Amino acid sequence: MNTATNAATSRIADVAGRVRDPTKTRNLVTPEGIALSVQIASSGARAGALTIDIIIIVLTLIFGTIFLGVLGFQVTGDEGESAGIGIVILWFIFVFLLRNFYFTAFELSPRGATWGKRMMGIRVAARDGGRLTTEAVIARNLLRDVELFLPLMFMMSNAMLGEGAGWGAAAGMAWIAIFLFLPFFNKDRLRGGDMIAGTWVIETPRIKLASLVADGEAARGISTATGARYEFTAAELGHYGEYELQTLEKVLRQNEEAALVSVAEAICTKIGWNAGTGDERAFLEAYYTQLRASLEAKMRFGKRRASKFDQQI
Amino acid sequence: MSSRNAFLSGEGQLLDAVLRSDRFRLEREADWQELERIVSALEKGQRRKLSADDLSALPTLYRTAASSLSIARESSLDRSAIDYLESLTLRAYLMIYGTRTSFWRWLGDFLGGGWSRAVRAMAFDMLAAFLIMAGAALVGWLLVDSDPAWFHRLVPAEMAQGRDPDASVETLRSTIFGNQDQQGKGAFAAMLFSNNAQVSILAFALGFCFGVPTILLLIHNMVLLGAMLHVFASKGLGVDFAAWLSIHGTTELLAILLAGGAGIHIGRVMAFPGQRAVMDMAAEAGRRAAFVMAGVVLMMMVAGVLEAYFRQIINDTPTRFLIGGIMLTFWALYLGLAGRWRVAEARP
Repeated sequence: MNTATNAATSRIADVAGRVRDPTKTRNLVTPEGIALSVQIASSGARAGALTIDIIIIVLTLIFGTIFLGVLGFQVTGDEGESAGIGIVILWFIFVFLLRNFYFTAFELSPRGATWGKRMMGIRVAARDGGRLTTEAVIARNLLRDVELFLPLMFMMSNAMLGEGAGWGAAAGMAWIAIFLFLPFFNKDRLRGGDMIAGTWVIETPRIKLASLVADGEAARGISTATGARYEFTAAELGHYGEYELQTLEKVLRQNEEAALVSVAEAICTKIGWNAGTGDERAFLEAYYTQLRASLEAKMRFGKRRASKFDQQI
Repeated sequence: MSSRNAFLSGEGQLLDAVLRSDRFRLEREADWQELERIVSALEKGQRRKLSADDLSALPTLYRTAASSLSIARESSLDRSAIDYLESLTLRAYLMIYGTRTSFWRWLGDFLGGGWSRAVRAMAFDMLAAFLIMAGAALVGWLLVDSDPAWFHRLVPAEMAQGRDPDASVETLRSTIFGNQDQQGKGAFAAMLFSNNAQVSILAFALGFCFGVPTILLLIHNMVLLGAMLHVFASKGLGVDFAAWLSIHGTTELLAILLAGGAGIHIGRVMAFPGQRAVMDMAAEAGRRAAFVMAGVVLMMMVAGVLEAYFRQIINDTPTRFLIGGIMLTFWALYLGLAGRWRVAEARP
């Protein structure tokens, strides 16, 4: 596949409605040697996921503490001090696990994603295309301590103490900025943890298989409404490339009357036809099918045409 | 297979499809959708909903979808089918090559040699961390030895808690003997564990900045220890203090050594990757460090229990040394020997 074709077709939004950014597309070669194209998760999706996760952690911390506190008061009444100590032990372990293993535990699940990442449709995967190991997930999350929790706590304690708020807070901000913006300074959007773990964060769109665009009589060039027969010559089909074909596919799928009419008019003008009005859908289905057949036939001989601006093949 | 059934049942559509690429798709889409059903169930963690046949069909269906994708890329302009196949193949691939080892299996792997091998692979960095720590403790000692005023500059008052060069022998003695009646040992142990484990994780993670902050943190802690040791030694309590410290300190200091060594390892690889790409080296070092750090957290758990319970209960110097020594011997033997003879076993 030549790169021009790649770039031209990848500018069109896919079925899920997202536009593929060619600079963020990577080929991931599986152990069987199959090249899969993956999209690096956008900074926006990463930030959104992190925000959701932080909110979940903070809420869990607050409610967990309240729960253990209430439990503590109740059992201390009956059992005395020893039960209260049990609660304190539980609290320490709870906070430690939450801080250090929230991300790890979720990223070790089959979906390889925390709740925040799931909501944003992204996940963690191994950069080399191999298995995502437990060690890699642990390693990528150990660094969160300096990337996230340390600066946050540093700033909070600074604010509470009120002292050194000047350069102390500035140093904290500079520190968090170095790690926070690290993903912007490399092409794969890796944070420190991804670098030492050999992982990256990719998009996992869940696309449903859409039905065939044109599969009725119209695809054969016969209009059921008027009985007219639409057949196009090679010259008439030679005006367009893959980009236009896929735009036409989108128009047919959206099936909006106004768009169908204006696209049919544009094609008629271009190829010098006068198809009349009222039967645009059948006309477009016929044109789509025959254009695709013609482009695919050439494709089988390795000749591709990205758009109408490419030279004729 | 089901695609064949669709073909034979003659849904009409299949034989009618005008385009060769549409016929290609209609012949295979039942297989794709079967794969999608299995992958969706696995993603949701509903493995029980799947039959044994489903699971054994997964690799075949995955390869079918992958080959459909490469054919479609070269012969079809059906954008929706290609997008669908891209997404489906990726999802299936991620399920097949996702994290599939269970926690218990990983734990067995970790204790059965993964941890100790990772430590041995970092022998150079561990030695560096040891020399830094020992040197820093010596510096702390020498500074306070040259001028006791250094103690106040080095050790914050809230940490010293009266254990300074001006304290009497009795005051110092009372801090290391006769605290058996202290209440809340369990909570103390939990607090010690979470605090020490957190500091170790920090010491490791700071290694990412080429190891420099890790080294500074190690020096800072060990200078304090050296200064404190001098205070007790100058009052003739050096041996008793060492025993009091050794009961948990052999485990705790060793854990700090491992965390610091892992941090230095990461930093060294980032700074001097050698012949290979820095990213590959960093990834390898990081995975090794993950094993070491999981071990550090485990050791801090043991150290917390030793410090909160045994140090308070056991009140004489020889027994304290004995326990500290046993722990040190245990860790040294375990980390030095475990998994040494299973190196040949390849990890997946």
